[in-house]
Amino acid sequence: MELLRFATAGSVDDGKSTLIGRLLHDSKAVFEDQLEAVADASERMGLGGVNLALLTDGLRAEREQGITIDVAYRYFATPRRKFIIADTPGHVQYTRNMVTGASTADLAIVLVDARKGVLEQSRRHAFLASLLRIPHLVVAVNKMDLVDWEQSRYEEIVAEFRSFAARLDVADLTFVPISALHGDNVVERSGNSPWYEGSSLLHHLEHVHIASDRNLIDARFPVQFVIRPQTDEHHDYRGYAGRVAGGVFKVGDEVTVLPSGLSTTIAAIDGPSGALSEAFAPMSVTIRLADDLDVSRGDTICRPHNRPAVAQDLDAMVCWLSEVGELRSGARLAIKHTTRWARTVVRSLQYRLDVNTLHRDEGADALGLNEIGRISLRVTHPLLCDEYRRNRETGSFVLVDEATNATVGAGMVLSAS
Amino acid sequence: MSTTSYELSNIEALEAESIHIIREVAAEFERPVLLFSGGKDSIVMLHLAVKAFAPARVPFPVMHVDTGHNFPAVIEFRDEMVGRLGVRLVVASVQASIDAGRVVEPTGPRASRNQLQTVTLLDAIEEHSFDAAFGGARRDEERARAKERVFSFRDEFGQWDPKQQRPELWSLYNGRHHRGEHIRVFPLSNWTELDIWQYVESEKLPVPSIYFAHERDVFSRDGMWLAVSDVVTVMDDEVVERRTVRYRTVGDASCTGAVDSAAATVAEIIDEVAATRITERGATRADDRASEAAMEDRKREGYF
Repeated sequence: MELLRFATAGSVDDGKSTLIGRLLHDSKAVFEDQLEAVADASERMGLGGVNLALLTDGLRAEREQGITIDVAYRYFATPRRKFIIADTPGHVQYTRNMVTGASTADLAIVLVDARKGVLEQSRRHAFLASLLRIPHLVVAVNKMDLVDWEQSRYEEIVAEFRSFAARLDVADLTFVPISALHGDNVVERSGNSPWYEGSSLLHHLEHVHIASDRNLIDARFPVQFVIRPQTDEHHDYRGYAGRVAGGVFKVGDEVTVLPSGLSTTIAAIDGPSGALSEAFAPMSVTIRLADDLDVSRGDTICRPHNRPAVAQDLDAMVCWLSEVGELRSGARLAIKHTTRWARTVVRSLQYRLDVNTLHRDEGADALGLNEIGRISLRVTHPLLCDEYRRNRETGSFVLVDEATNATVGAGMVLSAS
Repeated sequence: MSTTSYELSNIEALEAESIHIIREVAAEFERPVLLFSGGKDSIVMLHLAVKAFAPARVPFPVMHVDTGHNFPAVIEFRDEMVGRLGVRLVVASVQASIDAGRVVEPTGPRASRNQLQTVTLLDAIEEHSFDAAFGGARRDEERARAKERVFSFRDEFGQWDPKQQRPELWSLYNGRHHRGEHIRVFPLSNWTELDIWQYVESEKLPVPSIYFAHERDVFSRDGMWLAVSDVVTVMDDEVVERRTVRYRTVGDASCTGAVDSAAATVAEIIDEVAATRITERGATRADDRASEAAMEDRKREGYF
């Protein structure tokens, strides 16, 4: 059984919680005691009927205010796949939470209200999904029952969304007309939309091809930890533990260790359940090398003729996550990239991007909370990185405030030298 | 695993993620500790830690916060497992906290030491200068937990502030902290109860006997079966009967309930869990029933 992680974005009114509630309920992932608690709370709050949003809004503040503030993770499974939902808020003031949920997603669902059409919010969600390079985007055109299941209305929305998405980098775009409230085209295909020839939303989630989304070409292994048992039995054992961040490593492969540039071959690969002949992303393994090289945490093992950049100067898109202070040129921060920490200085802010219009404001001199822009960075130690578009693991980094230790920025490498 | 298609199963993907998290902690913290209750989640977590560093030993100790109100089978199991793996066991005793006057023992027939564990846990973290504590909590257990990060920052009072959580992106974990603060780490965040049991099955992991169906003297309280024992007072209107039950969770004996079950093997437990319509905490934990935000409130104070 395969694992699919998907992100949903939305706010109170667009039916996101109803859709999630429907998926969880129809796949029997909502339990009786949870439903009972939600029904009790709904009644206490004087709501008419059961508010399924209370299932996902787990914090007291969220229930009080009736909004989703932080990412919540939900789980359900069908016989084909296990699903992890990153349920994220839709309002612009919670963009950072949406970016957080999107960073690990294989697929994003953007909800569009069939009555309202493609709003600013839907465009923003689609843009963030493409910025974070979520490989699959599903536009769920919801509340189709309220437009009498009119095909022309659906086609209009599809056309409008497509023309907007053409400006984005979206590899796989799918549309589904649904009514989350009544369950049409959510789990089963609905008789209300005979003109719709696609599959139900759940069927799509179960069958969308995700295996080839990973980069299996560029072999990358950031070393996490050096394993040296120093026991009689394993006296000479020296293994490099880590998670394959890209590509495939095989026993016998010639490999190069960066930044030293020294080469050797792979003597053995130890997996969680014993020796392996090969390892691929995202496996956690321990690699043993034929020669005794100086390798430590933060180094990257790759192939001799396919190496990441060894870069101290980066251009990157950054989302600023902090409510205290802004990102300005000259800022000094800690940076974590793969298994390496370093310090960095922001050389320049090239532009700030309006997440609603995609307009580039080159006159901007700072990024505030939830704002996204292109920056140039200088790093104290070389980072072994790829462009984010080639590899989400070796192309991403976080920025950390050295005084408070708060995570204040999320970055995606555009180019490195 | 099918090596030609380069695909991982759900369980293999979860295992890889958990091992990555555990290794990050060992690499970046000076004094981590793994919280071990002897329950299924902490058994899986410790097993993953063993795999993460094999053939070397697990490079940190395990700690049991002992309420003194235990199921004897679980304590036997705990001692056997840590002995077999050669890991160091630290026991933080709630009884010692009571004796030292750090906490006051609740009284009455519904008294439970569960709540007291927080003080004992935080005192032990401070005493041993632990800077990271692995917990076996899963996000599918409870809705406040569904919101928690894998690396969850705790201030110098051990408190969790759900509104000030650090954004956590990709697999880049930020464990930086000042002296006196610490990080709770949840490597099993993305596992479900069913995943845990499937892993117990596929890895052939031993678990304490109370997880399997057995006969026990129980009585009904708050809609669940509590076992008759020294640490529970049966009230006048409560009727003791002998039933075939098992435990879905292992916690303090005074507030952990059993469920009716005939599941005698791990495979039968998997079938039962797959078919159940009640969450494991809802079915078995009186402590979560205190209020709608019971878990959130306890977590803010520093609970597991």
